[in-house]
Formats: sequence, structure tokens, C-alpha cells
Amino acid sequence: MSWRDVLRTAGEAVRTHRLRSALTMLGILIGITAVVLTVGLGEGAKAKVQDQIDELGTNLLVVSPGSSTSSSGARGGFGSASTLTTGDARALQAKAAAPDVSSVAPVATSSVSLVNGSTNWTTTLTGTTPEWKVVRSRGVSTGRFITAADERAAKAVVVLGSDTASELFSGRDPVGRTVSYNGVKLEVIGVLDALSSSESTSSNDLAVVPLNTYREKLVGGTNRNSISSIYVKADSSSSLSAAYQETDALLLNLHGITNTANADFSIATAQSALNAATSVDDTLTIMLGGIALIALLVGGVGVMNIMLVSVSERIREIGLRKAVGAQPSVIRRQFLVEAGLLGLAGGLLGVLLGVVGAVVIPAVSDQRVIISIPAAVAAIAVAVGIGMVFGVYPASRAARLAPIDALRSE
Amino acid sequence: MTAGLPLLTRPALVELADVDKIYRTGDFEVAALRSVSLEIHEGEFVAIIGPSGSGKSTLMHILGCLDVPTAGRFALSGHDVSSFDEATLAKVRNMFVGFVFQQFNLLAYLPAWRNVELPLVYAGVEPEERRERSLRALDKVGLADRVDHRPGEMSGGQQQRVAIARALVSEPAMILADEPTGNLDSQSTLDIMSLVEELHGEGRTIVLITHEPDIAARAERVLQIFDGQVVE
Repeated sequence: MSWRDVLRTAGEAVRTHRLRSALTMLGILIGITAVVLTVGLGEGAKAKVQDQIDELGTNLLVVSPGSSTSSSGARGGFGSASTLTTGDARALQAKAAAPDVSSVAPVATSSVSLVNGSTNWTTTLTGTTPEWKVVRSRGVSTGRFITAADERAAKAVVVLGSDTASELFSGRDPVGRTVSYNGVKLEVIGVLDALSSSESTSSNDLAVVPLNTYREKLVGGTNRNSISSIYVKADSSSSLSAAYQETDALLLNLHGITNTANADFSIATAQSALNAATSVDDTLTIMLGGIALIALLVGGVGVMNIMLVSVSERIREIGLRKAVGAQPSVIRRQFLVEAGLLGLAGGLLGVLLGVVGAVVIPAVSDQRVIISIPAAVAAIAVAVGIGMVFGVYPASRAARLAPIDALRSE
Repeated sequence: MTAGLPLLTRPALVELADVDKIYRTGDFEVAALRSVSLEIHEGEFVAIIGPSGSGKSTLMHILGCLDVPTAGRFALSGHDVSSFDEATLAKVRNMFVGFVFQQFNLLAYLPAWRNVELPLVYAGVEPEERRERSLRALDKVGLADRVDHRPGEMSGGQQQRVAIARALVSEPAMILADEPTGNLDSQSTLDIMSLVEELHGEGRTIVLITHEPDIAARAERVLQIFDGQVVE
């Protein structure tokens, strides 16, 4: 019996018992959909984290103030100390001390309310240097970014994030206009280009001013040299770890700390953030994937159950086929292919439903779902495999039937 | 004497010598066939008649290679098949035997011609040739206009004709009919029996198993089976 005939016979059996076949497929379908969506959600979450990190800038180190250690030894939490200063940032810019660092941008931030006429908007006021644009890989859509001249003269200029600009100026071009904070008028010199992939609004809702302007005219504070964080950009991804070492050593030295456990700052790399985020996602993916696999196994047991029913229901047919010359191996193959076809159909429909889910889920929640073609193909292959594995026992039972017993049965 | 010589020179189509068939169910042993010896030659029309429980179904299973004897020799065209395994027996059935059953045993979801082609499917014949030969066999049994009908759309007599076409299609050495008229009304019975006689007239070997004497009387030779033993 040729493979074409085996396929046709199996296909006819599947089509003849439509309801039964559909119910069998349903089990596989649910399992495959669950697997496809789980993997898709996992991939989506990873991509989301990757995007956030790309948004932050590539080859980037972020130095944040650490915990303070009081003279009595009590250690505060991260950020409890304002240990970073503009001096630290300046020191890191020295090529001799940190040869693998390409640019450094000190950043001081606070939440402020900006006013334009009768409109006001609370945003993150960011005082930084012109290097910020390079370090964060950002650009301006209109106008210009702050310059070294702005910084030196502590000019009252501001570059707005795209969301901030539209909130304050409701669509009109803000460049050349002014906004005010605490009575200080700031001239808008540019608008940052929008990060469309951004999930969080913070990348598009901010107001950037020269650091000197920030310190001298806008936000005073007890220590005017204190800053919120320092962005350090390495030359390339390969020199990132060297840049990390140099930054760490230099800052420890500047702060006079010999025991690294008492460091009053912490350095995060984009990669470490990514690793932390993806490891959490991986754990979730594995857990959900396990549940999905169990669903798939249940689907497989369903296939076996239905195939066993099918064998005992078609016992006369099997007997007749054997009487006219079907060898046991041919009967076995026919039932195996039948189970495989049920798996294939379930798998195809499952992937289809998964794709529908990948369209629907992002529309109703902020979860991204990414279904890759290799994953879909693998899912279908698994479905066929499950069908055939669980078809082995029913198929051998059919093959072992004695033709006379099969013919005699009513 | 001289007339018998050609028969002696070639082996009988079917040859049973001292065949026993014993069924064991638990501690009980039931001898369905006891020391059965018989020969069937090519072109013969033999009826095997006996009451139910006489062992005629068992004999039919052995003749049809659906079962093997417990003891004794069973040869088809001179080949001893009593020790063949199931896979080989399937091939032998496919080549040597065309079955006609009391229950017709047609596959309800296939049209007539697809039922008829089944033995050719398992013989590995190409699809075009299968269809051609199936249509010819259906024409032979007078169902040329019913090739695409499913069994459910046909009368009992027509269904049995389809079954006979299926038994003919692979040109087997022997047609084995087990109570072929058992489920038919009297008119269909007459039709089927004249078809069987017509096939015999064309030189086919026919073995007919029945419990009705007037059906058996149509055959050239009648073998009586009673209590597992055959008497001519």
C-alpha cells in the first residue's frame, strides 16, 4: 500500500467521523495555543525589556548614589546618600583615568511644574550637559539641543520631551516660546524626538536644561554639586566591562573608600538590567510553558482515548481490510497516520488561534506577543508527534486484531 | 482412468490432509475440526453444508487463510501455508482468495467502486488501473450504473453484488462465499445464485458455505460437515 493510499484512507476516516475528530483536535488545539502564546508572551516580554534598554542608550553604565554609612555604622538604603557630585563626573571624563569611557553625562532630576500661560504640567526637570544627547542616543525633532555655551553661561533655555511639548503647547511649535518655573522664564530651544517604542512615558515626558542652569537658577538644595546619577558611555560593547572597572576604581578612590562593600554608589549596566529582567521572564515562561505542556499531554491522552474508541468501533472494518489482504503493519500505519493527522490539524488550528491571540492580547493589555515562525513550525511538529506517540498503542491494538475475531464482532 | 491422469499430474488448488482445529477456552478444549481431509480443484464449484456449530465456519476460515490449523497439512496450489505468519497470510489471502460474506462487509463511507478496489489497494496496484479494474468488475456483476453509490443507497442484493465484484477484482484463485444469501430475500437469493453459477461457468473456482440444502444443490459437489468431520 502506497503512502498516498495510507494518507487518503486516514484522511477519509478523519473526515467520516467529523464530530469525533473535531473533539480530539480540540485537546491538541488548546495545548498548542497555550504553548504558542506562552512562548510568544515570553518573547514579547524580552523584546520589551530590550527596547527599554535600547531606549536608555547602548553601551551604557548608570552610576547611582548608594547607601550612606553613618559614623555609627548604620547603613541607609540605596539613594539615601547624595554622594555623587559634578566633580565625579568631571573626573570620569579624564581620558587618563578612564580610557574606555567615551562620554559622561551627569544628571540631576526633580519633579517640577512648568507653566505656559494658563497651562501647567508636572514633569521631570533634568539638568545635564550636552553629552546627554550622545549618551542616551537621542535626537531633537525641532530646534536644537543644549550646547556647551548654554552650559557655561547657565542660560535659561529648555529642551522639552515630545509629550511635555504637546501638553504645554497643545500642538503649536514651542520653539522660541517660553515656559516658566518658579518665576524663572525658560526659552524653549528644541523638542526631543519621540521614542515610539517607549512603553513608559518618562522617555517622552521631560524637560532638559543645562546642569548649571538647573543648579544655579532653578533647583538649589543644600549641596549644589550633588547630582542624581551619572551616565557613562563606553567606547564599544567590548570595552563596557573595562569602562565598568575604571569607573568603579576611580569613584572608590575619589570617595576614599577602601572596602568595596561600603561603596556609596552603585553601577548598573544595561546588560545587567536586561539579565535580571529576562531571568524573571524566563522563569515565568518556563512555568507557564510547563502548564501548557501538561495541557498538550492531556490533549495527547485525548487522542489515545478517541483512537481506542475508533479501533473498537471499526473492528469489522479492520477485519475486512485484513481479510482482503491488509498486513498488520499496514493497519498499524493507517491508524498511526490517522492519529498524526488529528495532531497536525490540531496543531495548525492551535497555531492559528495563537496568532489570533497574538493580535488580540496586545490590543486589550499592554503585553506584547511575538510568535516566531520556527516556534510555530516546532509547535506543529510537536502536535503531530504527540498525536503519533499517543496513537502507537491504539494502532498496535488494531494491528494485532485477528481477522476472524474482527469479522465476527457485531 | 485416463481421464483422471491430468488431475493427478498437477496439485489440487486446495488440499487439506488430517486437519484438526482445536479451540481452547480455559480448561475446555473444543475440537471444531477433526481429521478433515479434502481436495478442491481448479474450476470446481463446491458447496460445504452443515448445521450451525458443525465446524463449517472454522473450515471456511482455514480455507480462506484467516486462521491456521492446529494440526495437519493445508496447502494452497501445492504450498503449505499452515505455518505462515499473519503478514504472509495477508499476502496469500490477497492473491488467492476472494471473500463474500453474509454481512456483505462493505465500508459504508466509500462508494461502490472504492469498496471494490480495496484488494487492489493492498496489492499495490496503481490508482488508474485500480479504478479501471473495479469498474470492469462492477460491470460484470451488473452494477455499471451504481459505481458511485454508497452501500447505504443500495438494496441488499446490490450490496452483495458489490461484495462479489470485490471478490472478483483481484482475479483470485478461489472465491470463498460464506452464506452469501443468508441476509437476502428470495428474489435476491436467486439473482446472486445465478451470478455465482455464471462465474463458475467462466471457469472460476467457487467454494460456497451454507446451511440451506437447496442452495448447496446448485454446486457440482457437496461436502457435508457434521460435528467437525467432512463426508462427501
